[in-house]
Amino acid sequence: MTGAPTRAEVCVVACAEAWRGDGAILASPMGLIPSLGARLARLTFAPDLLLTDGEAYLLDARGGTEGWLPYARVFTMLAAGRRHAMMGAAQMDRFGNQNISAIGDWKRPKAQLLGVRGAPGNTVNHPVSYWIPRHSPRVFTGRVDMVCGVGYDRGARDLRVVVTNLAVLDFGTPERTMRLRSVHPGVQVADVVAATGFPLAVPDRVPVTRPPTAAELELIRTRLDPAGAREAELS
Amino acid sequence: MTPDEVVAELRDGMTIGIGGWGSRRKPMALVRAIVRSPLKNLTIVSYAGPDVGLLVASGQAERVVTGFASLDSIALEPHFRRARQDGKVELTELDEGMLHWGLLAAAHRLPFLPIRAGLGSGVLEVNPELRTVRSPYGDPFGIGEELVAMPALRLDAALVHMNRADEAGNGQYLGPDPYFDDLFCLAAERAYVSCERIVPGFHGPPQTLLLNRAMVHAVTETPNGAHFTSCVPDYGRDEAFQARYARAAADPGAWREFAARYLAGDEAAYQKAVLR
Repeated sequence: MTGAPTRAEVCVVACAEAWRGDGAILASPMGLIPSLGARLARLTFAPDLLLTDGEAYLLDARGGTEGWLPYARVFTMLAAGRRHAMMGAAQMDRFGNQNISAIGDWKRPKAQLLGVRGAPGNTVNHPVSYWIPRHSPRVFTGRVDMVCGVGYDRGARDLRVVVTNLAVLDFGTPERTMRLRSVHPGVQVADVVAATGFPLAVPDRVPVTRPPTAAELELIRTRLDPAGAREAELS
Repeated sequence: MTPDEVVAELRDGMTIGIGGWGSRRKPMALVRAIVRSPLKNLTIVSYAGPDVGLLVASGQAERVVTGFASLDSIALEPHFRRARQDGKVELTELDEGMLHWGLLAAAHRLPFLPIRAGLGSGVLEVNPELRTVRSPYGDPFGIGEELVAMPALRLDAALVHMNRADEAGNGQYLGPDPYFDDLFCLAAERAYVSCERIVPGFHGPPQTLLLNRAMVHAVTETPNGAHFTSCVPDYGRDEAFQARYARAAADPGAWREFAARYLAGDEAAYQKAVLR
């Protein structure tokens, strides 16, 4: 299988990069592209990562069971800080405050979403990254309606990166606000700025997101997602 | 005991904890029995799935204490979503770990347990009754760390579903995760267990014996009683039925039809109806 990397494949690799150097911690990807990223990271540059089957078993790289991690133990690992989750967000502000609970007035929301889940605890206990498949001013907004995952102005412990369909962002400014780290191949800096509903810190020189290597593409296309489900997450 | 006899022991206004997680190993036969009963003004504590959905749809849940409401393979619980948007149910929204800690505190008869989860988040704003405490022990900077004082979530009753139980009230789960069913039972004044099968003795590793008879007040045998949620290894989630439930929940007329067809009769009638 050949052909230039698709945007989804660039995103898989950008998500994988979030876990580089984490060692033996629990990687908790939410969403398909982050899941492919975490598995790709473990197969290549982050072999020590722990991954679950989505329920209570830890699976090794070959798909065998290497451990048991029911919810109670996930809670303990997360409180111990030995986890790096990649969550989604319906809204996010420039400090990284995230909302997955409800849109509008919390008392009687316009749209009830999932609920805070574990986001408050995750963000004060262990590294957290985010995956946003549709980078838009609706998501990246001045103020979130309900703070679920806390941002750097509210005591976040370690927000790493925000991977979107357009770019990779981080919180590398002195005030720990959102900064453009790289744009995906084919994306202009102005596109990202226009799709962000708050002032985004943009360095003088913005690199292009690292494209997948040939070996990574091979793994994504033939082993991790041969059916190509990754493309649908961006459409 | 039958599910209806269990529910006859519950009272209006009670705080009831329901075990399982999302759309997994929920004591649905007991929930359906509540729906058939005149019980009202209930506070439901749950890692919420269709248990909360049914009790919100019936108007019997006045308040829900949870961190989410999901059907797993369908992200959002449709009845809960609608009831929130219509202002028909009160919500105590907690981080999942805070809910765990509240049950653990209640199980240990503690007034609260300290936890970091919630600090800085909207959870403390939408629940203004929540307080923080400062650690009496200095951290490396000499200041005691500020933590959320998660209050005990004391339950009047707990409802959980096991794969196996015996007449005495010992309960066994055979799936991948015990969830927090043991804590729900210990946090409750009275704990009621439904199970796939009442057995004279247990097979399998002793670690699967999650509940002992000191934690449990009554057992009821309800084969397929977690339907349509999963109860592995006895059965998986009935995805087709769950999808039908979710579609019906999206439309009041369709829901009336669904309720008439599946929820009007007793548990035996339900089980017969879902076979058709």
